Amino acid sequence: MGRTVDIEQTALPGIGLRHEFTTQSGKRVGVVSHRTGRRDLVIYDKDDPDRVCETVRLNDEEAEALVELLGAPRIVQRLNELHQQVEGLVSLQLPIPPGSPYVGRPMGDARVRTRTSASIVAVVRGGTVFASPGPAFVFAANDIVVVVGGADSTAEVADILARG
Amino acid sequence: MQHTAIVFLEFGAVLLGLGVLGAFALRVGISPIPLYLLAGLAFGTGGVVPLATSQEFISVGAELGVVLLLLTLGLEYSADELVTSLRGNATSGLVDLVLNAAPGAVCALLLGWGPVAAVAMAGVTYATSSGIAAKVLSDLGWLGNRETPTVLSLLVFEDLTMALYLPVLTALLAGLSLASGAATVGIALVTVSVVLVVALRYGRFIEAFVASPNSEVLLLKVVGLALLVAGLAQTLQVSAAVGAFLVGIALSGQLAHDTRTLLEPLRDLFAAVFFVFFGLQTDPAKILPVAGPAALLAFAGMITKLLTGAFAARRAGIAKAGQARAGIALIPRGEFNIVIAGLAVAAGAHPDLGPLAAAYVLILAAFGPLAAKLVQPLITAVARRA
Repeated sequence: MGRTVDIEQTALPGIGLRHEFTTQSGKRVGVVSHRTGRRDLVIYDKDDPDRVCETVRLNDEEAEALVELLGAPRIVQRLNELHQQVEGLVSLQLPIPPGSPYVGRPMGDARVRTRTSASIVAVVRGGTVFASPGPAFVFAANDIVVVVGGADSTAEVADILARG
Repeated sequence: MQHTAIVFLEFGAVLLGLGVLGAFALRVGISPIPLYLLAGLAFGTGGVVPLATSQEFISVGAELGVVLLLLTLGLEYSADELVTSLRGNATSGLVDLVLNAAPGAVCALLLGWGPVAAVAMAGVTYATSSGIAAKVLSDLGWLGNRETPTVLSLLVFEDLTMALYLPVLTALLAGLSLASGAATVGIALVTVSVVLVVALRYGRFIEAFVASPNSEVLLLKVVGLALLVAGLAQTLQVSAAVGAFLVGIALSGQLAHDTRTLLEPLRDLFAAVFFVFFGLQTDPAKILPVAGPAALLAFAGMITKLLTGAFAARRAGIAKAGQARAGIALIPRGEFNIVIAGLAVAAGAHPDLGPLAAAYVLILAAFGPLAAKLVQPLITAVARRA
Protein backbone atom coordinates (compact mmCIF):
# COMPACT_ATOMS: atom_id res chain seq x y z
CA MET A 1 0.00 0.00 0.00
CA GLY A 2 2.43 2.62 1.24
CA ARG A 3 1.01 5.87 -0.20
CA THR A 4 -1.30 7.65 2.18
CA VAL A 5 -3.96 9.92 0.73
CA ASP A 6 -3.48 13.61 1.45
CA ILE A 7 -6.93 14.90 2.29
CA GLU A 8 -7.30 18.67 2.25
CA GLN A 9 -9.92 20.12 4.56
CA THR A 10 -11.41 23.56 3.92
CA ALA A 11 -14.01 25.38 5.99
CA LEU A 12 -16.95 26.83 4.07
CA PRO A 13 -18.28 29.52 6.43
CA GLY A 14 -22.05 29.36 6.72
CA ILE A 15 -22.26 26.13 4.77
CA GLY A 16 -20.04 23.43 6.22
CA LEU A 17 -16.82 21.66 5.28
CA ARG A 18 -15.11 20.48 2.14
CA HIS A 19 -12.66 17.57 1.90
CA GLU A 20 -10.77 16.82 -1.27
CA PHE A 21 -7.86 14.77 -2.57
CA THR A 22 -6.18 13.82 -5.85
CA THR A 23 -6.25 10.20 -6.94
CA GLN A 24 -3.17 8.42 -8.24
CA SER A 25 -4.55 8.75 -11.76
CA GLY A 26 -4.71 12.52 -11.36
CA LYS A 27 -8.45 12.96 -10.83
CA ARG A 28 -9.47 15.33 -8.09
CA VAL A 29 -12.49 14.37 -6.00
CA GLY A 30 -14.08 15.91 -2.93
CA VAL A 31 -17.00 15.88 -0.55
CA VAL A 32 -18.89 18.99 0.51
CA SER A 33 -20.50 18.32 3.90
CA HIS A 34 -23.37 20.70 4.54
CA ARG A 35 -24.41 21.45 8.11
CA THR A 36 -27.89 20.36 7.17
CA GLY A 37 -26.60 16.81 6.68
CA ARG A 38 -26.61 17.02 2.89
CA ARG A 39 -23.48 15.63 1.22
CA ASP A 40 -22.24 16.56 -2.24
CA LEU A 41 -19.79 14.25 -3.95
CA VAL A 42 -17.85 16.48 -6.34
CA ILE A 43 -15.43 15.76 -9.17
CA TYR A 44 -13.12 18.47 -10.46
CA ASP A 45 -12.66 19.50 -14.06
CA LYS A 46 -9.39 18.36 -15.63
CA ASP A 47 -9.02 21.54 -17.69
CA ASP A 48 -9.96 23.93 -14.89
CA PRO A 49 -8.90 22.31 -11.62
CA ASP A 50 -10.68 25.00 -9.59
CA ARG A 51 -14.06 24.06 -11.04
CA VAL A 52 -16.38 21.24 -10.10
CA CYS A 53 -17.68 19.57 -13.27
CA GLU A 54 -19.90 16.99 -11.61
CA THR A 55 -21.88 17.26 -8.38
CA VAL A 56 -23.71 14.27 -6.95
CA ARG A 57 -26.12 15.26 -4.22
CA LEU A 58 -26.54 12.57 -1.55
CA ASN A 59 -28.96 12.38 1.36
CA ASP A 60 -28.06 10.63 4.63
CA GLU A 61 -29.07 7.15 3.51
CA GLU A 62 -27.39 7.42 0.11
CA ALA A 63 -24.16 8.70 1.67
CA GLU A 64 -24.18 5.79 4.11
CA ALA A 65 -24.81 3.29 1.31
CA LEU A 66 -21.86 4.69 -0.64
CA VAL A 67 -19.62 4.50 2.43
CA GLU A 68 -20.52 0.86 2.91
CA LEU A 69 -19.87 0.02 -0.70
CA LEU A 70 -16.48 1.70 -0.69
CA GLY A 71 -15.45 1.06 2.89
CA ALA A 72 -16.29 -2.60 3.60
CA PRO A 73 -13.27 -4.33 2.10
CA ARG A 74 -10.99 -1.52 3.24
CA ILE A 75 -11.63 -1.95 6.94
CA VAL A 76 -10.63 -5.60 6.95
CA GLN A 77 -7.64 -4.84 4.75
CA ARG A 78 -6.53 -2.05 7.06
CA LEU A 79 -6.80 -4.37 10.05
CA ASN A 80 -4.58 -6.88 8.35
CA GLU A 81 -2.03 -4.15 7.73
CA LEU A 82 -2.27 -3.15 11.36
CA HIS A 83 -1.61 -6.74 12.28
CA GLN A 84 1.59 -6.73 10.29
CA GLN A 85 2.72 -3.36 11.53
CA VAL A 86 2.36 -3.62 15.28
CA GLU A 87 4.41 -6.21 17.09
CA GLY A 88 2.35 -8.15 19.62
CA LEU A 89 -1.02 -6.89 18.39
CA VAL A 90 -3.23 -9.49 16.81
CA SER A 91 -6.37 -9.02 14.78
CA LEU A 92 -8.47 -12.12 14.25
CA GLN A 93 -11.58 -12.75 12.23
CA LEU A 94 -13.65 -15.14 14.34
CA PRO A 95 -16.84 -16.76 13.09
CA ILE A 96 -19.91 -17.08 15.29
CA PRO A 97 -20.74 -20.76 14.87
CA PRO A 98 -24.45 -21.58 14.56
CA GLY A 99 -24.27 -23.35 17.93
CA SER A 100 -22.78 -20.36 19.75
CA PRO A 101 -24.66 -19.25 22.90
CA TYR A 102 -24.50 -15.65 21.63
CA VAL A 103 -26.54 -16.14 18.45
CA GLY A 104 -29.48 -13.75 18.71
CA ARG A 105 -28.06 -12.09 21.82
CA PRO A 106 -26.60 -8.57 22.13
CA MET A 107 -22.84 -8.22 22.03
CA GLY A 108 -22.83 -6.67 25.51
CA ASP A 109 -23.84 -10.06 27.00
CA ALA A 110 -20.50 -11.59 26.02
CA ARG A 111 -18.61 -8.88 28.02
CA VAL A 112 -15.63 -9.51 25.79
CA ARG A 113 -13.57 -6.51 26.75
CA THR A 114 -14.07 -6.98 30.50
CA ARG A 115 -13.21 -10.64 30.39
CA THR A 116 -10.30 -10.63 27.92
CA SER A 117 -9.25 -6.96 27.39
CA ALA A 118 -9.48 -7.55 23.61
CA SER A 119 -11.83 -5.35 21.54
CA ILE A 120 -14.40 -6.19 18.94
CA VAL A 121 -13.81 -3.55 16.27
CA ALA A 122 -16.16 -4.76 13.54
CA VAL A 123 -18.63 -7.43 12.57
CA VAL A 124 -18.88 -8.66 8.99
CA ARG A 125 -22.23 -10.06 7.96
CA GLY A 126 -22.81 -11.23 4.40
CA GLY A 127 -20.34 -8.79 2.86
CA THR A 128 -21.46 -5.81 4.95
CA VAL A 129 -19.16 -4.44 7.62
CA PHE A 130 -20.64 -3.05 10.84
CA ALA A 131 -17.75 -0.93 12.10
CA SER A 132 -17.36 -0.38 15.88
CA PRO A 133 -20.59 -2.14 16.90
CA GLY A 134 -22.10 -1.05 20.22
CA PRO A 135 -23.03 -3.36 23.13
CA ALA A 136 -26.60 -3.51 21.81
CA PHE A 137 -25.47 -5.06 18.50
CA VAL A 138 -27.16 -8.47 18.15
CA PHE A 139 -25.05 -11.35 16.82
CA ALA A 140 -26.36 -13.70 14.16
CA ALA A 141 -25.07 -17.13 13.21
CA ASN A 142 -22.15 -17.04 10.75
CA ASP A 143 -21.24 -13.42 11.58
CA ILE A 144 -17.50 -12.80 11.35
CA VAL A 145 -16.27 -10.89 14.38
CA VAL A 146 -13.08 -8.87 13.96
CA VAL A 147 -11.16 -8.78 17.24
CA VAL A 148 -8.05 -6.79 18.07
CA GLY A 149 -5.84 -7.43 21.11
CA GLY A 150 -2.93 -9.45 22.42
CA ALA A 151 -2.35 -13.04 21.21
CA ASP A 152 -3.72 -14.60 24.42
CA SER A 153 -6.75 -12.39 24.80
CA THR A 154 -7.89 -12.79 21.18
CA ALA A 155 -7.65 -16.57 21.57
CA GLU A 156 -9.83 -16.29 24.68
CA VAL A 157 -12.40 -14.39 22.66
CA ALA A 158 -12.55 -17.24 20.17
CA ASP A 159 -13.33 -19.54 23.10
CA ILE A 160 -16.01 -17.27 24.50
CA LEU A 161 -17.78 -16.87 21.18
CA ALA A 162 -17.78 -20.61 20.53
CA ARG A 163 -18.69 -21.87 24.01
CA GLY A 164 -19.81 -18.92 26.13
CA MET B 1 -65.83 49.02 6.31
CA GLN B 2 -64.28 48.08 9.56
CA HIS B 3 -60.65 49.09 10.13
CA THR B 4 -59.47 45.53 10.86
CA ALA B 5 -61.26 44.20 7.84
CA ILE B 6 -59.52 46.69 5.55
CA VAL B 7 -56.12 45.92 7.07
CA PHE B 8 -56.68 42.20 6.52
CA LEU B 9 -57.91 42.73 2.97
CA GLU B 10 -54.97 44.94 2.02
CA PHE B 11 -52.33 42.87 3.81
CA GLY B 12 -53.75 39.62 2.51
CA ALA B 13 -53.79 40.91 -1.04
CA VAL B 14 -50.15 42.04 -0.70
CA LEU B 15 -48.99 38.67 0.68
CA LEU B 16 -50.92 36.72 -1.92
CA GLY B 17 -49.44 38.89 -4.64
CA LEU B 18 -45.95 38.26 -3.24
CA GLY B 19 -46.61 34.54 -3.24
CA VAL B 20 -47.54 34.61 -6.91
CA LEU B 21 -44.45 36.71 -7.70
CA GLY B 22 -42.29 34.31 -5.68
CA ALA B 23 -43.62 31.37 -7.69
CA PHE B 24 -42.76 33.23 -10.89
CA ALA B 25 -39.23 34.03 -9.61
CA LEU B 26 -38.76 30.37 -8.77
CA ARG B 27 -39.78 29.28 -12.25
CA VAL B 28 -37.51 31.78 -13.99
CA GLY B 29 -34.72 31.05 -11.52
CA ILE B 30 -34.08 34.53 -10.19
CA SER B 31 -34.11 36.00 -6.70
CA PRO B 32 -37.59 37.15 -5.63
CA ILE B 33 -36.18 40.28 -3.95
CA PRO B 34 -36.35 42.54 -7.04
CA LEU B 35 -39.93 41.41 -7.65
CA TYR B 36 -40.91 42.19 -4.04
CA LEU B 37 -39.42 45.65 -4.47
CA LEU B 38 -41.39 46.15 -7.68
CA ALA B 39 -44.56 45.04 -5.89
CA GLY B 40 -43.90 47.59 -3.16
CA LEU B 41 -43.40 50.28 -5.79
CA ALA B 42 -46.70 49.36 -7.43
CA PHE B 43 -48.63 49.58 -4.16
CA GLY B 44 -47.14 52.51 -2.32
CA THR B 45 -46.88 56.25 -2.56
CA GLY B 46 -47.69 57.29 -6.09
CA GLY B 47 -48.17 53.66 -7.10
CA VAL B 48 -51.03 51.99 -8.92
CA VAL B 49 -52.90 50.88 -5.79
CA PRO B 50 -52.00 53.02 -2.78
CA LEU B 51 -52.39 51.16 0.51
CA ALA B 52 -53.82 53.62 3.00
CA THR B 53 -54.84 51.64 6.04
CA SER B 54 -52.35 48.83 6.45
CA GLN B 55 -49.20 50.88 5.93
CA GLU B 56 -48.64 51.30 9.66
CA PHE B 57 -49.03 47.57 10.24
CA ILE B 58 -46.68 46.84 7.36
CA SER B 59 -44.09 49.24 8.72
CA VAL B 60 -43.91 47.33 12.03
CA GLY B 61 -43.74 44.10 10.07
CA ALA B 62 -40.86 45.54 8.07
CA GLU B 63 -38.91 46.37 11.25
CA LEU B 64 -39.47 42.80 12.43
CA GLY B 65 -38.26 41.63 9.03
CA VAL B 66 -34.94 43.45 9.45
CA VAL B 67 -34.43 41.97 12.92
CA LEU B 68 -35.21 38.45 11.67
CA LEU B 69 -33.02 38.86 8.57
CA LEU B 70 -30.06 39.86 10.68
CA LEU B 71 -30.74 37.25 13.37
CA THR B 72 -30.76 34.40 10.84
CA LEU B 73 -27.69 35.86 9.16
CA GLY B 74 -25.89 35.82 12.51
CA LEU B 75 -26.99 32.22 13.04
CA GLU B 76 -25.21 31.24 9.81
CA TYR B 77 -21.85 31.94 11.36
CA SER B 78 -20.21 30.92 14.58
CA ALA B 79 -17.97 33.40 16.38
CA ASP B 80 -15.00 31.14 15.59
CA GLU B 81 -15.66 31.36 11.87
CA LEU B 82 -15.86 35.14 12.08
CA VAL B 83 -12.54 35.43 13.84
CA THR B 84 -10.80 32.91 11.54
CA SER B 85 -11.98 34.57 8.37
CA LEU B 86 -11.07 37.96 9.79
CA ARG B 87 -7.51 36.76 10.35
CA GLY B 88 -7.05 34.99 7.04
CA ASN B 89 -8.74 37.41 4.70
CA ALA B 90 -8.26 40.84 6.19
CA THR B 91 -6.38 42.16 3.14
CA SER B 92 -8.94 40.94 0.62
CA GLY B 93 -11.71 42.17 2.90
CA LEU B 94 -10.21 45.65 3.02
CA VAL B 95 -9.79 45.71 -0.77
CA ASP B 96 -13.45 44.70 -1.04
CA LEU B 97 -14.45 47.49 1.33
CA VAL B 98 -12.43 50.24 -0.37
CA LEU B 99 -13.25 49.25 -3.97
CA ASN B 100 -16.96 48.81 -3.43
CA ALA B 101 -17.76 51.54 -0.92
CA ALA B 102 -16.05 54.15 -3.08
CA PRO B 103 -18.53 54.27 -6.01
CA GLY B 104 -21.50 54.94 -3.71
CA ALA B 105 -19.69 57.56 -1.68
CA VAL B 106 -18.34 59.32 -4.77
CA CYS B 107 -21.76 59.24 -6.43
CA ALA B 108 -23.46 60.80 -3.38
CA LEU B 109 -20.82 63.53 -3.20
CA LEU B 110 -21.06 64.26 -6.94
CA LEU B 111 -24.83 64.58 -6.62
CA GLY B 112 -24.23 67.02 -3.74
CA TRP B 113 -26.03 64.98 -1.08
CA GLY B 114 -23.44 65.69 1.59
CA PRO B 115 -21.10 63.51 3.67
CA VAL B 116 -23.75 61.61 5.69
CA ALA B 117 -25.54 60.45 2.56
CA ALA B 118 -22.13 59.52 1.15
CA VAL B 119 -21.55 57.18 4.09
CA ALA B 120 -24.99 55.64 3.57
CA MET B 121 -24.50 55.22 -0.18
CA ALA B 122 -21.06 53.68 0.46
CA GLY B 123 -22.86 50.96 2.41
CA VAL B 124 -25.48 50.55 -0.30
CA THR B 125 -22.88 49.82 -2.99
CA TYR B 126 -20.51 47.85 -0.71
CA ALA B 127 -22.32 44.81 0.62
CA THR B 128 -22.89 41.71 -1.49
CA SER B 129 -26.11 39.91 -0.67
CA SER B 130 -24.86 36.81 1.14
CA GLY B 131 -28.28 35.24 0.71
CA ILE B 132 -28.39 35.60 -3.08
CA ALA B 133 -24.67 34.81 -3.46
CA ALA B 134 -25.01 31.59 -1.45
CA LYS B 135 -27.97 30.61 -3.61
CA VAL B 136 -26.04 31.31 -6.81
CA LEU B 137 -23.13 29.17 -5.59
CA SER B 138 -25.47 26.35 -4.69
CA ASP B 139 -27.65 26.53 -7.82
CA LEU B 140 -24.73 26.55 -10.23
CA GLY B 141 -22.91 23.76 -8.43
CA TRP B 142 -20.05 26.07 -7.47
CA LEU B 143 -20.03 25.11 -3.79
CA GLY B 144 -17.22 22.61 -4.27
CA ASN B 145 -15.16 24.99 -6.42
CA ARG B 146 -11.78 25.96 -5.05
CA GLU B 147 -12.52 29.71 -5.20
CA THR B 148 -15.69 29.32 -3.13
CA PRO B 149 -14.09 29.47 0.35
CA THR B 150 -12.59 32.82 -0.68
CA VAL B 151 -16.01 34.13 -1.73
CA LEU B 152 -17.64 32.91 1.48
CA SER B 153 -14.89 34.42 3.63
CA LEU B 154 -15.42 37.76 1.93
CA LEU B 155 -19.14 37.53 2.70
CA VAL B 156 -18.37 36.82 6.34
CA PHE B 157 -15.97 39.75 6.41
CA GLU B 158 -18.63 42.03 4.93
CA ASP B 159 -21.21 40.96 7.45
CA LEU B 160 -18.81 41.61 10.28
CA THR B 161 -17.96 45.01 8.82
CA MET B 162 -21.70 45.72 8.84
CA ALA B 163 -21.78 45.10 12.58
CA LEU B 164 -19.39 48.03 12.94
CA TYR B 165 -20.75 50.11 10.07
CA LEU B 166 -24.44 50.13 11.02
CA PRO B 167 -23.91 51.73 14.46
CA VAL B 168 -21.67 54.38 12.90
CA LEU B 169 -24.29 55.09 10.23
CA THR B 170 -27.09 55.20 12.82
CA ALA B 171 -25.16 57.74 14.85
CA LEU B 172 -24.42 59.87 11.79
CA LEU B 173 -28.02 59.74 10.59
CA ALA B 174 -29.27 60.77 14.02
CA GLY B 175 -27.49 64.05 13.26
CA LEU B 176 -25.66 64.10 16.53
CA SER B 177 -22.99 66.68 17.20
CA LEU B 178 -19.40 65.60 16.66
CA ALA B 179 -18.75 64.99 20.37
CA SER B 180 -21.91 63.04 21.19
CA GLY B 181 -21.69 61.33 17.82
CA ALA B 182 -18.20 60.16 18.63
CA ALA B 183 -19.42 59.01 22.04
CA THR B 184 -22.24 57.00 20.43
CA VAL B 185 -19.88 55.42 17.94
CA GLY B 186 -17.56 54.63 20.85
CA ILE B 187 -20.41 52.99 22.77
CA ALA B 188 -21.37 51.08 19.64
CA LEU B 189 -17.88 49.75 19.04
CA VAL B 190 -17.45 48.77 22.69
CA THR B 191 -20.86 47.04 22.71
CA VAL B 192 -20.10 45.12 19.53
CA SER B 193 -16.68 44.01 20.80
CA VAL B 194 -18.07 43.06 24.23
CA VAL B 195 -20.86 41.00 22.68
CA LEU B 196 -18.40 39.30 20.32
CA VAL B 197 -16.08 38.41 23.20
CA VAL B 198 -19.03 37.19 25.28
CA ALA B 199 -20.24 35.12 22.33
CA LEU B 200 -16.77 33.61 21.83
CA ARG B 201 -16.07 32.86 25.47
CA TYR B 202 -19.47 32.39 27.07
CA GLY B 203 -21.68 31.52 24.09
CA ARG B 204 -22.39 28.14 25.67
CA PHE B 205 -24.06 29.78 28.69
CA ILE B 206 -26.43 31.70 26.44
CA GLU B 207 -27.02 28.48 24.56
CA ALA B 208 -27.69 26.60 27.79
CA PHE B 209 -30.28 29.22 28.70
CA VAL B 210 -31.96 29.25 25.32
CA ALA B 211 -31.80 25.53 24.50
CA SER B 212 -35.01 23.58 24.75
CA PRO B 213 -36.18 20.29 23.27
CA ASN B 214 -39.51 21.94 22.57
CA SER B 215 -39.44 23.94 19.36
CA GLU B 216 -42.15 26.34 20.58
CA VAL B 217 -40.16 27.28 23.68
CA LEU B 218 -36.97 27.60 21.63
CA LEU B 219 -38.66 29.86 19.10
CA LEU B 220 -40.13 32.15 21.77
CA LYS B 221 -36.86 32.36 23.70
CA VAL B 222 -34.71 33.15 20.66
CA VAL B 223 -37.07 35.69 19.11
CA GLY B 224 -37.66 37.25 22.53
CA LEU B 225 -33.95 37.52 23.23
CA ALA B 226 -33.26 38.93 19.77
CA LEU B 227 -35.97 41.58 20.07
CA LEU B 228 -34.84 42.54 23.58
CA VAL B 229 -31.23 42.97 22.52
CA ALA B 230 -32.36 44.74 19.33
CA GLY B 231 -34.43 47.18 21.38
CA LEU B 232 -31.58 47.71 23.80
CA ALA B 233 -29.19 48.32 20.91
CA GLN B 234 -31.62 50.80 19.36
CA THR B 235 -31.84 52.67 22.67
CA LEU B 236 -28.05 52.91 22.73
CA GLN B 237 -28.20 54.18 19.11
CA VAL B 238 -26.32 51.03 18.01
CA SER B 239 -29.04 50.01 15.54
CA ALA B 240 -31.53 47.26 16.27
CA ALA B 241 -30.29 45.20 13.32
CA VAL B 242 -26.82 44.86 14.83
CA GLY B 243 -28.25 43.72 18.16
CA ALA B 244 -30.16 40.91 16.45
CA PHE B 245 -27.08 40.00 14.37
CA LEU B 246 -24.98 39.65 17.51
CA VAL B 247 -27.56 37.42 19.20
CA GLY B 248 -27.40 35.20 16.11
CA ILE B 249 -23.62 34.99 16.33
CA ALA B 250 -23.71 34.10 20.02
CA LEU B 251 -25.68 30.95 19.20
CA SER B 252 -23.83 28.23 17.30
CA GLY B 253 -23.70 24.53 16.51
CA GLN B 254 -26.77 22.32 16.54
CA LEU B 255 -28.78 24.94 18.41
CA ALA B 256 -28.14 27.52 15.71
CA HIS B 257 -29.10 25.00 13.06
CA ASP B 258 -32.37 24.11 14.82
CA THR B 259 -33.21 27.76 15.41
CA ARG B 260 -32.54 28.68 11.82
CA THR B 261 -34.87 25.97 10.58
CA LEU B 262 -37.54 27.24 12.96
CA LEU B 263 -37.07 30.88 12.06
CA GLU B 264 -36.86 30.53 8.30
CA PRO B 265 -40.61 30.64 7.53
CA LEU B 266 -41.06 33.56 9.91
CA ARG B 267 -38.11 35.39 8.39
CA ASP B 268 -39.30 34.78 4.83
CA LEU B 269 -42.69 36.26 5.70
CA PHE B 270 -41.43 39.40 7.39
CA ALA B 271 -38.44 39.91 5.09
CA ALA B 272 -40.85 39.96 2.15
CA VAL B 273 -42.91 42.53 4.04
CA PHE B 274 -39.73 44.55 4.57
CA PHE B 275 -38.87 44.65 0.86
CA VAL B 276 -42.44 45.64 0.04
CA PHE B 277 -42.37 48.34 2.68
CA PHE B 278 -39.21 49.82 1.22
CA GLY B 279 -40.90 49.82 -2.17
CA LEU B 280 -44.01 51.37 -0.61
CA GLN B 281 -42.02 54.33 0.65
CA THR B 282 -40.43 54.87 -2.73
CA ASP B 283 -42.32 56.86 -5.30
CA PRO B 284 -42.00 55.00 -8.62
CA ALA B 285 -42.19 58.31 -10.48
CA LYS B 286 -38.88 59.26 -8.82
CA ILE B 287 -37.06 56.19 -10.10
CA LEU B 288 -36.98 57.22 -13.74
CA PRO B 289 -34.96 60.43 -13.16
CA VAL B 290 -32.31 58.48 -11.19
CA ALA B 291 -32.27 55.52 -13.59
CA GLY B 292 -29.19 56.88 -15.39
CA PRO B 293 -27.00 57.27 -12.29
CA ALA B 294 -28.34 53.97 -10.93
CA ALA B 295 -27.35 52.10 -14.10
CA LEU B 296 -23.90 53.69 -14.06
CA LEU B 297 -23.54 52.86 -10.38
CA ALA B 298 -24.64 49.29 -10.99
CA PHE B 299 -22.11 48.96 -13.80
CA ALA B 300 -19.37 50.32 -11.53
CA GLY B 301 -20.58 47.95 -8.81
CA MET B 302 -20.15 44.98 -11.12
CA ILE B 303 -16.66 46.01 -12.17
CA THR B 304 -15.50 46.62 -8.61
CA LYS B 305 -16.84 43.26 -7.40
CA LEU B 306 -15.19 41.50 -10.36
CA LEU B 307 -11.90 43.16 -9.42
CA THR B 308 -12.39 42.24 -5.76
CA GLY B 309 -13.13 38.62 -6.61
CA ALA B 310 -10.14 38.42 -8.94
CA PHE B 311 -7.83 39.95 -6.32
CA ALA B 312 -9.02 37.71 -3.48
CA ALA B 313 -9.02 34.53 -5.58
CA ARG B 314 -5.58 35.23 -7.03
CA ARG B 315 -4.23 35.57 -3.49
CA ALA B 316 -5.67 32.13 -2.77
CA GLY B 317 -3.80 30.71 -5.80
CA ILE B 318 -6.85 30.32 -8.03
CA ALA B 319 -6.46 30.38 -11.82
CA LYS B 320 -8.04 32.99 -14.13
CA ALA B 321 -11.37 31.24 -14.69
CA GLY B 322 -11.88 30.78 -10.96
CA GLN B 323 -10.98 34.44 -10.35
CA ALA B 324 -13.73 35.48 -12.75
CA ARG B 325 -16.24 33.16 -11.07
CA ALA B 326 -15.35 34.59 -7.64
CA GLY B 327 -16.05 38.09 -8.92
CA ILE B 328 -19.34 37.11 -10.54
CA ALA B 329 -20.58 35.38 -7.40
CA LEU B 330 -20.01 38.61 -5.49
CA ILE B 331 -22.08 40.83 -7.82
CA PRO B 332 -25.61 40.37 -6.39
CA ARG B 333 -26.75 43.04 -3.95
CA GLY B 334 -29.90 42.65 -1.91
CA GLU B 335 -31.18 42.73 1.63
CA PHE B 336 -28.36 44.58 3.39
CA ASN B 337 -28.23 47.35 0.85
CA ILE B 338 -31.95 47.93 1.25
CA VAL B 339 -31.62 47.80 5.05
CA ILE B 340 -29.00 50.55 4.86
CA ALA B 341 -31.02 52.65 2.43
CA GLY B 342 -34.08 52.07 4.63
CA LEU B 343 -32.25 53.47 7.65
CA ALA B 344 -31.18 56.52 5.66
CA VAL B 345 -34.66 57.11 4.26
CA ALA B 346 -36.24 56.77 7.72
CA ALA B 347 -33.79 59.37 9.05
CA GLY B 348 -34.80 61.78 6.28
CA ALA B 349 -31.86 61.56 3.92
CA HIS B 350 -31.98 63.11 0.44
CA PRO B 351 -35.31 62.19 -1.25
CA ASP B 352 -33.53 60.68 -4.23
CA LEU B 353 -31.47 58.26 -2.10
CA GLY B 354 -34.31 55.76 -1.69
CA PRO B 355 -35.19 55.55 -5.40
CA LEU B 356 -31.52 55.37 -6.40
CA ALA B 357 -30.83 52.53 -3.95
CA ALA B 358 -33.99 50.74 -5.06
CA ALA B 359 -33.01 50.95 -8.73
CA TYR B 360 -29.45 49.88 -7.93
CA VAL B 361 -30.55 46.81 -6.00
CA LEU B 362 -33.23 46.04 -8.60
CA ILE B 363 -30.57 45.88 -11.30
CA LEU B 364 -27.94 43.95 -9.35
CA ALA B 365 -30.22 41.54 -7.48
CA ALA B 366 -31.79 40.54 -10.78
CA PHE B 367 -28.74 40.75 -12.99
CA GLY B 368 -26.14 39.21 -10.66
CA PRO B 369 -27.52 35.64 -10.63
CA LEU B 370 -28.45 35.91 -14.30
CA ALA B 371 -24.93 37.01 -15.24
CA ALA B 372 -23.50 34.08 -13.35
CA LYS B 373 -25.73 31.66 -15.21
CA LEU B 374 -24.99 33.17 -18.64
CA VAL B 375 -21.26 33.60 -18.20
CA GLN B 376 -20.58 30.16 -16.71
CA PRO B 377 -20.34 28.25 -20.04
CA LEU B 378 -18.27 31.05 -21.54
CA ILE B 379 -15.66 30.92 -18.79
CA THR B 380 -15.48 27.15 -19.05
CA ALA B 381 -15.01 27.31 -22.81
CA VAL B 382 -12.25 29.90 -22.51
CA ALA B 383 -10.52 27.94 -19.76
CA ARG B 384 -10.67 24.78 -21.90
CA ARG B 385 -9.05 26.50 -24.84
CA ALA B 386 -6.25 28.00 -22.76
